[in-house]
Amino acid sequence: MFILDKGFAEEMIAHAREEVPNEACGLLAGVNGRVTKLYRCSSAEKSPYRYFVDAKEQLQAMREIDEKGWELLGIYHSHTHTEAYPSKTDVELAFYPDALHFIVSLADWEQPVIRAFRIVDEKIIEVKLLMVEMMES
Amino acid sequence: MEVEVRIPQIFRKYTGGLKQVKGNGKTIRELFNHLDLDYPGIKAQILTPEGELHRFVNVYLNDEDIRFLQNMDTSLGEGDVVSILPAVAGGGQLSAFSYQQSAKRAEL
Repeated sequence: MFILDKGFAEEMIAHAREEVPNEACGLLAGVNGRVTKLYRCSSAEKSPYRYFVDAKEQLQAMREIDEKGWELLGIYHSHTHTEAYPSKTDVELAFYPDALHFIVSLADWEQPVIRAFRIVDEKIIEVKLLMVEMMES
Repeated sequence: MEVEVRIPQIFRKYTGGLKQVKGNGKTIRELFNHLDLDYPGIKAQILTPEGELHRFVNVYLNDEDIRFLQNMDTSLGEGDVVSILPAVAGGGQLSAFSYQQSAKRAEL
């Protein structure tokens, strides 16, 4: 199970909607399994069927993640018309086995769905998401 | 030219777990040839069999993507930092066939 602050879930959905007709993508960084920052990324391929995180934005995000002592907890992208389940391409290109793959499906525009998966050695394992309101400390 | 090479997690099995290693060469191409002597197998993860940068691997000289420099022929200076990062990519409906085609096109 992965605990996700609702604010980050809403941001992923907002990003996915803004990029329509194309897929949106980004990174989630955090520590001890809790997300601390969401990086909205540009896609080098503006396409309804694929995404490719801009190489420079990826380097900048990864640098900050390293400097802050965070980890890359997740990678998110949207599926504009298909379900929130990894495609064959998502599996083939899953080069970060420790990161969860969050997929936002806009197949039902009014009720977007977010699901999370671990993809290791081309095997897909769904991880249950628990959405919570983060308590301000 | 001695440079520092930052290795991403999925390639650390080739470097005995090291996050960064020393490398040398006058160009990126030379660097990877030398690196493969010290860490056999790593080059095949980064380059195509024809010796060009794999479509889904990003290589940076300091902060610049080498695709926007002189790619594999980019010159190295003493103390430069070369970072390797697998791409973050995927997509909803691209078939394996078209993936291979697009990879092939990228190599041309």
